Amino acid sequence: MIETVTPSSTDLQHVVQPSSAVVARAVSKRFGDNVALSSLDLALPKGQISVLLGPNGAGKTTTARMITGALEPSGGEIEVFGERPGESARDLRSRCGVVSAKPALYDQLSGYDNLMFAAELYGVDRDADARIRAEAQRFDIEDALHDKVGGYSTGMKTRLALARSVLHRPDLLLLDEPTSGLDPESSATVLALIREMTSEGTTVVMCTHHLIEAEGLADHVVMMELGRSVLAGAPRELTDTYWPDALVQIEAEDPATLEFLSHEPGVIRVERGLPLRVYLDDGRRIAELIATCVKRGVSLTRVDPWRPSLRDLYFRVRAENGSGQGSDTSPGAHTRPDVSMEPVGQ
Amino acid sequence: MSTPQSLDWHRVSVIARTDLRQLRQAKDFWVPMTILGSIFFLIIPGILLLIITNMGDVAAVERMAATLEILPESAQAQIRGETPSARAGYALAVFLLAPVAIVVPLTISTAVAASTIVGERERGTGEFLAHSPAATREIYLGKLIASAIPGYLTTIVGFGGYSILVNLTVGPEVGGWFFPTTQWWLLVVWVVPPFIALALSLVLRLSARVTSTAAAQQASGLVTLPLIMIAYSQSTGALFGSASLTLAIGAIAWVIAGASLIRGMGSLSRSRLLGVGME
Repeated sequence: MIETVTPSSTDLQHVVQPSSAVVARAVSKRFGDNVALSSLDLALPKGQISVLLGPNGAGKTTTARMITGALEPSGGEIEVFGERPGESARDLRSRCGVVSAKPALYDQLSGYDNLMFAAELYGVDRDADARIRAEAQRFDIEDALHDKVGGYSTGMKTRLALARSVLHRPDLLLLDEPTSGLDPESSATVLALIREMTSEGTTVVMCTHHLIEAEGLADHVVMMELGRSVLAGAPRELTDTYWPDALVQIEAEDPATLEFLSHEPGVIRVERGLPLRVYLDDGRRIAELIATCVKRGVSLTRVDPWRPSLRDLYFRVRAENGSGQGSDTSPGAHTRPDVSMEPVGQ
Repeated sequence: MSTPQSLDWHRVSVIARTDLRQLRQAKDFWVPMTILGSIFFLIIPGILLLIITNMGDVAAVERMAATLEILPESAQAQIRGETPSARAGYALAVFLLAPVAIVVPLTISTAVAASTIVGERERGTGEFLAHSPAATREIYLGKLIASAIPGYLTTIVGFGGYSILVNLTVGPEVGGWFFPTTQWWLLVVWVVPPFIALALSLVLRLSARVTSTAAAQQASGLVTLPLIMIAYSQSTGALFGSASLTLAIGAIAWVIAGASLIRGMGSLSRSRLLGVGME
């Protein structure tokens, strides 16, 4: 089940489910005068990929660090698999795997020694060698396994850090900007590997400000700003909440031949312009609309169904909070340059 | 809040071994360490002992032997040898070069320790440790052991080399091999280790608190210099006195070191490994 969110409210009602892997209630964290987290509420589902989205300084990394108990909250409470993280929560930390923003590898040691260190520290006593070799193969670093990590490329270091994070078969994988500094090909490989890892039931929590990465990966998103969660839920449900109507952009050789569309069943409103934007009560009506156009002999030059992306959602939420870049909250404002704010007619 | 869990010595040893493996890979660490040990244990004593035992100027050696009268009577009674050069060589080997056994391990171990925690932070590997199941006490102890071993190992190896050197140069003058004496054994196995532990407990505390390796090196120098001077005087006193005095000095040093270690273990936190909230 997903948290319900109303577009007019930035305060979330977090419905904590028994299936939540991580639950935070009014968690705050201060570093001297600096407030890193301020009354953070969240509930991250088990066995899914949750993405913490937000600008730099939103509190994503601090949240990830609190999940393993690397940092203690200044206020509020956090539970991971029903247990409170902290210095004594050794077993809980053993169930977590972490890839931090910097790969955090020992450059003087070989890839194998880095992996063996992690294996021993996380209590992988049996088959450590076999597991290391299997993960090295999976992450495509087996040829460089006995080379010093200092000579690895950024992509290899990231893959090694990922291999290290899953050696002990964690139940919860925390990834903080895992594609930071990677070229597009390496990023795609890493994201595919992350998706693959969830197939075995691992819960993944990923911090990123790369909206495109989150788009294809997230089962659940938490948008953070100034140390708080401002929106949370499944991406599709969130976008449906903000943009309940389906939108299709249509162009014809003669725009006047499209005038009839505003009177068609299921059409909520039409924004005139190029292209013509037609809002529908259901996306499945697009096919009917096209069929009607063809029947009426309209010569269509463009039919472009628009689905709001996480990027659109992100900027809309940011704009509503008065912190986004610009105030344009119309559908696709950040994916299409040719938008106007107001409907021009119906 | 839950109670602290018991120490997992396997994890302590894993952390110590990994740190030592990194040191072994770092040529820029062990080459100077070997040179330092050689200078203090072999080169300087070798030159001094060879000069004294082979000096042709009998008057000068006699003047040097006469200065031995300022030593405590118990120490004078231990000095062997019939000739002035033999007595001077014996005194130099047994009493006056004792500080090398202290200076070398303290210098090497504190140099390692100064950068160990702040180094994890600077390299970003502190993040890995902070998220790991290892307790901060285990990380602290692992790092302490890894810092102590290079210095103490150098001392043991240097002590072996020094023993051979002394026996070869002074031994023939005093009737055969005589080194190590009981006091030197006690010094190396009973007095030196707690001084290393004490120095490291202080330096690791500094390393956990400062923001850069350079600052850690500077601060550790200030902390360890007086400690080296105390250790120097105590070790000399231990050699001049009886075995029971040496045992007592060692026992006191162990008590102080133990208290300092327990206090030091509380100085390391996960946030310090991450390097956050340290302003």
